[in-house]
Amino acid sequence: MSRPMGDSHKRFLQTLMSNGIISSIQAKALHRHCCETHGAHYSADRLDEFIDVINANLQPMFMYIRKGMSEEDGVQYYALVNTAETDITRMSSDYADNELELFRKTMDLIVDSENGAASSTDVLNCADSLQTKKMKKKETELVLNKFVQDKWLNEKQGVYTLSTRCIIEMEQYMRLIYQDLIKVCHVCHNVAIQSQICENPTCGIQMHLPCVAIYFKGRSDPLCPACNQFWAHEIPVVTCTLSRPPEANGEAEL
Amino acid sequence: MIAMSVLHVFKSSQRSQQVVLDEDDDGDASYTQPTSSQVQKARENYTPVQVDRKVAEVVQFILIKDQKKIPIRRTDIVKHVIKEYKALYQDIMKRADRIFEQVFGLKLVEIDAKNHIYILINKLQPVPGEPISMCPGNPKTGLLFVILSVIFMKGGTVKESEYLEYLRIPHTEPLEHEFRWGQRAEKEVSKMKVLEFVGEVSPCLLHSVYSITLLYLSV
Repeated sequence: MSRPMGDSHKRFLQTLMSNGIISSIQAKALHRHCCETHGAHYSADRLDEFIDVINANLQPMFMYIRKGMSEEDGVQYYALVNTAETDITRMSSDYADNELELFRKTMDLIVDSENGAASSTDVLNCADSLQTKKMKKKETELVLNKFVQDKWLNEKQGVYTLSTRCIIEMEQYMRLIYQDLIKVCHVCHNVAIQSQICENPTCGIQMHLPCVAIYFKGRSDPLCPACNQFWAHEIPVVTCTLSRPPEANGEAEL
Repeated sequence: MIAMSVLHVFKSSQRSQQVVLDEDDDGDASYTQPTSSQVQKARENYTPVQVDRKVAEVVQFILIKDQKKIPIRRTDIVKHVIKEYKALYQDIMKRADRIFEQVFGLKLVEIDAKNHIYILINKLQPVPGEPISMCPGNPKTGLLFVILSVIFMKGGTVKESEYLEYLRIPHTEPLEHEFRWGQRAEKEVSKMKVLEFVGEVSPCLLHSVYSITLLYLSV
């Protein structure tokens, strides 16, 4: 029997639903705001418990608030995700069949790439060979923009990457569909789309850039944790609010 | 799946035509009140796990429709979600209602008692000092429920997505904005006020809902 939700929990959930994904800083502020608004007992270090209550109530609806890390800057986020496929979710997508197919092809390109990114040129080439319904250049650009607006893709100078929201939501599916093709971070064991790869051809382990920053912080001579070879990449600098990303095995959910 | 649901609708509308002389026409062709023995039999026929899943699907369905600012018709719920569990409609809706209140802080409100049309309203009041906007830049995201995992599923319910897309077309960005704002402006929502407001904002949308559903029922 799950603990019942108070108005503070409901308000938190509604706000998260409106936004799809929020940073952990926003989540902390929202937690405090919701508790204060409804006179609920508030403790700053009890956010995870607070969210556990919501998740216990969401579980029967195949929904879950999941924590994940941005591959760009290591910031932690909370996203509302679906945990199961139903007839309803399948038929109620916001996107047309060919738009979904385009997204799938874009994701394929990104997962397949070394740098975890796809150029707009490459995506446009895919649009030309869609099986559902072909898409012209202008329409493809609009659809890609929609995906960026809806926070599924990031775009920078004509290059597309998977957003944090996308990775948090899709991680389990990506592992299932792509299997060995998908890279996994050696440090945090989560899926790693953008990563640094060990130059040793017999090693080849991958690490998220923020995970590299934490792991090699302060070391003048970075060595691969798996094979001890010199880690021949530029080590990113840790920015202020980095913390250890959640371990992949640490979740209890459907 | 499409063939099955069309057949099912056809069968049920035949049945309702047979009893139309005995019953009041409540404007709802695909759902008739089950007898208490039908309800009892259905309760015995389906496991709690099966019914739980139906309740979850109804909740998802309503959240999605609400996100798209489409008023929810009982016929749609029965046709697309509840289907062969029709006799348990009341049971299922009662539970969905409770879930909306207890989990989401929302209330399912019937804005049209004749045609059984519902909307979701917020039981929580907007409060100043929200650290994150409850009504973000893109009003379409509303209560977000976009399922991307469908990209991994082959085959399409193409008819359904046409249905949904059609309904989206009259629903341009400024219209949505007003609708949302209208809901939040009302402290006490009376049925008439909301119906008025919905009628004002998007009369073509309501007409579309009616005509598309009639089209489907006639197939």
